[in-house]
Amino acid sequence: MADTATIEKVSIIVSKGSLEGIYPALIMANGARAEGIEADLFFTFFGLDAITKKRWEHIKLATVGNPGLHLPTLLGGMPGVPDLVTRYMERKMDKLDIPPIPEFIEMISDTGAGIYACKASVDLFELDKDDLVEQVQGIITVGEFYEHAAGGQIIYT
Amino acid sequence: MPTATYGDTAVPVDDEGFFIDPDRWNEPMAEQIAREAGIEALTDRHWTVIRFMRAQYAEKGTGPTVRVLGKTSGVSVKELYQLFPKGPAKTAAKIAGIPKPRGCI
Repeated sequence: MADTATIEKVSIIVSKGSLEGIYPALIMANGARAEGIEADLFFTFFGLDAITKKRWEHIKLATVGNPGLHLPTLLGGMPGVPDLVTRYMERKMDKLDIPPIPEFIEMISDTGAGIYACKASVDLFELDKDDLVEQVQGIITVGEFYEHAAGGQIIYT
Repeated sequence: MPTATYGDTAVPVDDEGFFIDPDRWNEPMAEQIAREAGIEALTDRHWTVIRFMRAQYAEKGTGPTVRVLGKTSGVSVKELYQLFPKGPAKTAAKIAGIPKPRGCI
């Protein structure tokens, strides 16, 4: 056994609403649980889209302002291009058995991870509990987030 | 290479305690490995997962991830975490005497 330090708990903040903004956090939360690490997800600002009923099935890849995509900005901004590129990416992920966002969040919830929405963001976007998916365990303040995160590592994405 | 002793048999394991050679494993060893992993007694449901892990390893050369287990073992993700709170794929692989499954999902 390697007697190095271990991570016992992670609290992952999701602040972005793009496909590439949301997936890494979901993979890290799910992977933490798979390792027996306690995990909470805290969705704030545009990250809320991932747990909003009418949005979570329609998360798009950012085709503008995303140099890593290697697509000219003007092309990325043309009608239909975000949908096309998103569908392409979703097909590639499906081949690797990476679940779509709703299925992934259901799975993460089943692993026992906590899923929380940021109160300031919920207020800002004029949402309430009924607008959020059933896996959300609570709409919490930043102070409550820190209480949940106490004793663990905080990861901001 | 480290070894672990189950009953009176010493078997080679990796740094994390996973079997290197699954053929060295036998069912009586599973109870002891499980206790060392924090599981007091193995139920039929545990055994469903353990046998599934070994069958998958024999077939594919690698153990399944939690997602694959949830979709194909007949045990849901929720129940998997109740059976193996410290990580179902990882803990079940250790008890089943197979190498640790590698996979990000």
